[in-house]
Amino acid sequence: MACVPADEASLIAAFGPHLAWEPPGGFAARGTPDRAVKTHCCFCGQQCGVQLLVKDERVVGVEPWEEFPFNQGKLCPKGIKRYLQNNHPDRLLQPLVRTGNGFAPIPWDEALDQVVERVRRIQAHHGPDAVAVLSGASLTNEKAYLMGKFARLAVGTRHIDYNGRLCMVAAGAANLKAFGIDRAANPWADIAATDLILVLGANVSECSPITTDYIWRARDRGARLVVVDPRLTPIARTADLYLPIRPGRDVALLNAILHEVIRLGGVDHAFVEAHTSGFSEVMEAVRDYAPEAVEREVGIPAHRIREAAVLWTQAPRTMLLHSRGIEHHTKGVENVLSCINLVLATGKIGRAGCGYATITGQGNGQGAREQGQRCNQLPGARDVENPEHRAAVAAAWGVPESAIPRKGATAPEILEMIHRGEIRGLISLCFNPLVSLPDATFTREALERLDFYVTIDFFLSETARHADLVLPGSLQEEDEGTVTSVEGRVLHIREAVPPPAEARRDWEIIRDLAHRFGAAELFDFHSSRAIFEELRRVSRGSVADYSGITWEKIDEKMGVFWPCPDEAHPGTPRLFEGGRFYHADGRARFHAVAYRPPAEEVDDAYPIILTTGRVVSQFLTGTQTRRIGPLVDLYPAPRVEMHPRLAAELDVTDGDPVRVASRRGSVDLLAHVVATIRPDTVFIPYHWPGRRSANRLTVRAYDPLSGIPEFKVAAVRIERLPAVERV
Amino acid sequence: MIGTLFVDPSRCIGCTACVEACSECPGHGGESMIHLDWLERASSVQTAPTVCMHCTEPACAAVCPADAIKIDPEGIVLSALAERCIGCGNCALACPFGVPIIHEAQALMRKCDLCYDRTSVGRKPMCATVCPSGALFYGTQEEVADLRRSRPQSHFVFGGETVHTRNHLMVPLSVGTVTLEPDATVSRSTAEQQLEEALC
Ligand code: SF4
Repeated sequence: MACVPADEASLIAAFGPHLAWEPPGGFAARGTPDRAVKTHCCFCGQQCGVQLLVKDERVVGVEPWEEFPFNQGKLCPKGIKRYLQNNHPDRLLQPLVRTGNGFAPIPWDEALDQVVERVRRIQAHHGPDAVAVLSGASLTNEKAYLMGKFARLAVGTRHIDYNGRLCMVAAGAANLKAFGIDRAANPWADIAATDLILVLGANVSECSPITTDYIWRARDRGARLVVVDPRLTPIARTADLYLPIRPGRDVALLNAILHEVIRLGGVDHAFVEAHTSGFSEVMEAVRDYAPEAVEREVGIPAHRIREAAVLWTQAPRTMLLHSRGIEHHTKGVENVLSCINLVLATGKIGRAGCGYATITGQGNGQGAREQGQRCNQLPGARDVENPEHRAAVAAAWGVPESAIPRKGATAPEILEMIHRGEIRGLISLCFNPLVSLPDATFTREALERLDFYVTIDFFLSETARHADLVLPGSLQEEDEGTVTSVEGRVLHIREAVPPPAEARRDWEIIRDLAHRFGAAELFDFHSSRAIFEELRRVSRGSVADYSGITWEKIDEKMGVFWPCPDEAHPGTPRLFEGGRFYHADGRARFHAVAYRPPAEEVDDAYPIILTTGRVVSQFLTGTQTRRIGPLVDLYPAPRVEMHPRLAAELDVTDGDPVRVASRRGSVDLLAHVVATIRPDTVFIPYHWPGRRSANRLTVRAYDPLSGIPEFKVAAVRIERLPAVERV
Repeated sequence: MIGTLFVDPSRCIGCTACVEACSECPGHGGESMIHLDWLERASSVQTAPTVCMHCTEPACAAVCPADAIKIDPEGIVLSALAERCIGCGNCALACPFGVPIIHEAQALMRKCDLCYDRTSVGRKPMCATVCPSGALFYGTQEEVADLRRSRPQSHFVFGGETVHTRNHLMVPLSVGTVTLEPDATVSRSTAEQQLEEALC
């Protein structure tokens, strides 16, 4: 049913991506803005403060917001040019219904009625769980909260999950296991105040650019920097110690570092005894991980591993930072736990300038994982299978506990279930799985099997092309609400302009659908503020307690760190002070982890490791950034990055067209021959769809504990294409 | 008083925020007055931003046949006066840093003026406001001495001539005179050497 209704060329002609270069009317017509709206960037988890310039009720430019403490005016190119997404020619301005040869406008009432009618028809025939809801982590806390409640109480399905499943879940699950809470342990100011920064699998300068400033501020005071990454990224270039790890070998490396730290006498026994449990099993587990024993597997000389252990042991205060590089693995949770083991064993957490954090990727990567839109969680980061948690949420919602569906499927599992015909209807907001999920060919087949698909979006994403109904929603700057940044700091997103033409705020669309699904009394919201007030109340008593946070307090304090249990509470910038963790006994937990190989190892047929990631000028699936001309100019198309030695073996020179093939499919790209990557590994950024999609190659293999896909390791082969097939 | 821009390419991460922000300055019409270069991408990710260094005896102004390039009392070398400039391009050829941009169609040169509209009213230039790495830092000599471990340098040997500049380049404490050579090779960082070592 849900094949794309027209050929790609005509869909692109009608809906883009087209490129916007200038504010409405051009730069010359910009004139003096009427107002500057203090808000935050719509893209990554740094959530930089920025001012949007508004003229004649249109966003026409940007001005740094220097008073906002996190970034003090600093921005990356995405934050500077993001205003060009407003007034964009591709903007969806009215509801659309698929026709025999494309999409046609349809009145709002008719569109909403159709959604309810089609969803209920599927549920009547195939059960309530035959419809799934997919949501996103770029949404405000208010919308994230609303989506979870909407799926469970209005649609009545257990299958609600979000694109943070591709982002934060491995770190989240590991943090919950180890600490009993899932949030960066320290405010970013602690990075600037530390003595040693250990960065693992985090392309800081491209994916969380502002963090660069914090790292340099520490280094200006004499702090050392150690970077673990298969690619020599811009932040790695200046490191004191660079460990070029083979993708997928993180546990082996971390266990070896801990092995050495133990040998050097670096364990803080007083801390371990007073504040943790499970260390003896970890001691036992790392016994066989001498640096010499792992050096071949991890691809790093033993003496460099020892050097890292010495630096770690000698530094009075350390900050360990990681992100998707160690998390996008079939053992993502184990990789993170091996980092936490090192931090706990040396007691290097819970102090000024000393601690640990995962760097969240998406704009609301932190908050959107707490408000109950995950398949396994209810608001307040509560466990959907925990009877007490269920009872607390049911009471706050005023529904019987039995009205809350049980745990549902993860986002990738939802696509697998669609492919198998078990889920037949889909409602999505802020998710472009056709570009973001592994094995894009499989994802496309799944989408084509849906009986009914409705999406809310502001541009027609590649996934949205498969929809039966497209409802025009709001851009970040067209609604008000809150997000929670990388630091766990709750921030205020202000509305700069209202949605254009017939487009509506996402929460208004969801609320109206909920009313039509017969749940009016549970969705009696007249503002996003009202949703926040309910979210606060429902979160009371949970780990992720927002109940003491008000929008006024956020404005006054330039953000409030949760947990914040009452209005007099100042918020909690630093967790675990005094060694108090969030498990019932107050102790942190060690977890013994053993190294195991990636799901797909290289072999004779596919001898090269593929790893994927991002570039600084694009964001995630590019739905927004591939429409912004100046950003596209900076890196117009994906290239496959390879070391000159590999290139020589393949008889490839820089700029040659090559075919990269895995067991799933192939893509034709230009080679980028650079000595800043391991020769056994190639890198392709994943922001593009279709024939240029890195995710045509990646493998549908998931971490059993968190469900995160293994985007960082797949086996590929590469051949040079004859010049006539130039791409 | 207008401050000083301190340029530290060793911190540069190549994000181009400076270039994109410059293009957003009122009056720039979407065009950046500064640029960012990859020094030797085949072997390194090292990048460097190029802004006007505001020479104390600017070659661009000296060679201008139309006397279109004026210097403000605080030493800011301003963009060409549109009514005087003939777009001949002498300034671009004379500049040791490659700063002036010639618009042949409009017969006009434009260049970085240290965000005169901002800095003359006590604000920071756009590029240094947004730079996420501190590769572009705007402030005073005292501030930079306090904050940084490297040293500001303001004279450069270029083709046998010494050029003195208002803006400064941050150099390691060990470096004395900075010689600008067009084909200078980039020295390899510790991390780059460690990668090579691991691959042996
Ligand atoms: S994308 Fe991230 S780093 Fe860049 S401006 Fe936006 S929030 Fe800041």
